[in-house]
Amino acid sequence: MADLIELVRPSVPALRRYARSMVRDHTWADDLVQECLEHAIDHWHERKNEGDPRAWLFSIVHNLAISQLRQSRRRGLHTGFDEAAAAAPARAPTQEHGLRHAELLRALGELSEDHRAVLFLISVEGLSYAEVGEVLQIPIGTVMSRLRRKRQSLAVLLEPEPARNRRPTLRRLK
Amino acid sequence: MNSEHPIREEDLQAYVDDALSPEERTQVEAYLVHHPAEASRLAGYARQRDGLRELFGPIAGDPLPERLDVRRLTGRPTQTVSCRWSVVAAAVVVFALGGASGYALRATTRPAQTGVRALAREAADSFRVHASDPARPVEIDATRKAELVRWFSERLQNNVSIPDLAAAGYQLLGGRLVTTAHGPAALILYTGASGCKLAVFVRPMAVEKNTRMSELVDGVLGSVAWADDGIGYSLVGPLEPQRLHPLADEVRRQARSG
Repeated sequence: MADLIELVRPSVPALRRYARSMVRDHTWADDLVQECLEHAIDHWHERKNEGDPRAWLFSIVHNLAISQLRQSRRRGLHTGFDEAAAAAPARAPTQEHGLRHAELLRALGELSEDHRAVLFLISVEGLSYAEVGEVLQIPIGTVMSRLRRKRQSLAVLLEPEPARNRRPTLRRLK
Repeated sequence: MNSEHPIREEDLQAYVDDALSPEERTQVEAYLVHHPAEASRLAGYARQRDGLRELFGPIAGDPLPERLDVRRLTGRPTQTVSCRWSVVAAAVVVFALGGASGYALRATTRPAQTGVRALAREAADSFRVHASDPARPVEIDATRKAELVRWFSERLQNNVSIPDLAAAGYQLLGGRLVTTAHGPAALILYTGASGCKLAVFVRPMAVEKNTRMSELVDGVLGSVAWADDGIGYSLVGPLEPQRLHPLADEVRRQARSG
């Protein structure tokens, strides 16, 4: 148990952050992390990789979130991803030219969970493409093509060319 | 990648993600000097990345609630959640009680003083106390089943039989007498694969002596409760009531035929 505690504990803050990017409610996010940790403890010896369990832990949170979101939608519950999900929308961007946070959150909400996960795990958690493939159970080539396409989609949503001053929702996304 | 090798889109993406070797990085930088449109596109991607980090980065610095303390969680008795988990682990559609749906249902459940709703609440409360007890969940274990039947029947002043749920994957653990505002009740505990526990709760009913099955949710516990011929039953466990229902049907069938 000592090795488990030592290996799992450093990932808990990041798991919490990831859960927060998947579901809108803070309590729900912490529920996901708790269930993930309980599962990890109960199935510790079933993990494939003996080393850093980070990717494995992310995959548990991810699968839990996807299942629960699917279930909530079936019941017609609101699962929208919105400002409530982020740390503190009130925190202003630190840079003058930084993106406006509310807009970024709205744009993220337009992406499916799987697509958002690719961007998030690479950009925020710093996972390698291979690790993201492991978390989402997809080939590395798919990780890279999703990353490319979703960055492009977000760019269209966030930074419309000034010459074509149309509402982002009217733009066609690839 | 060398100077003759064209810079590929993957290299540009990896540049944003800081996933290039120093040499590759230098080559991409040299390429961007001559391709300002690409440079500005990548700068936009870097802004996305920075925006995401600014938005979500600080969450990792928030103090952790006690319930996410790994050391504490390793010491918990293996109980309730493993039931929900056995489903998730199998990577099939999960019928577990999601946080949100559990809350939604709980909000509409009002405390009842009598009838099967009161019975279901007593069952859930007893289950919470005893099923999670690592040392002594039951007073009399499954090896002394006859003694258990005698004890329950005597105290409840009714013939109480112990349902057999082995065919459904739940082995009898044993039972105990518990206290309710309506007198003594029998709590019969079962354990399934991966330590998931369920209980059948039985007591005589003063009102609602015959009612059809109702499905109820109490926190993370689901239950199916009914009354037959003056005896009330509740099947309770950390599963959705819909999943408990077939087991409840089996309990009722055995009670009627026994």
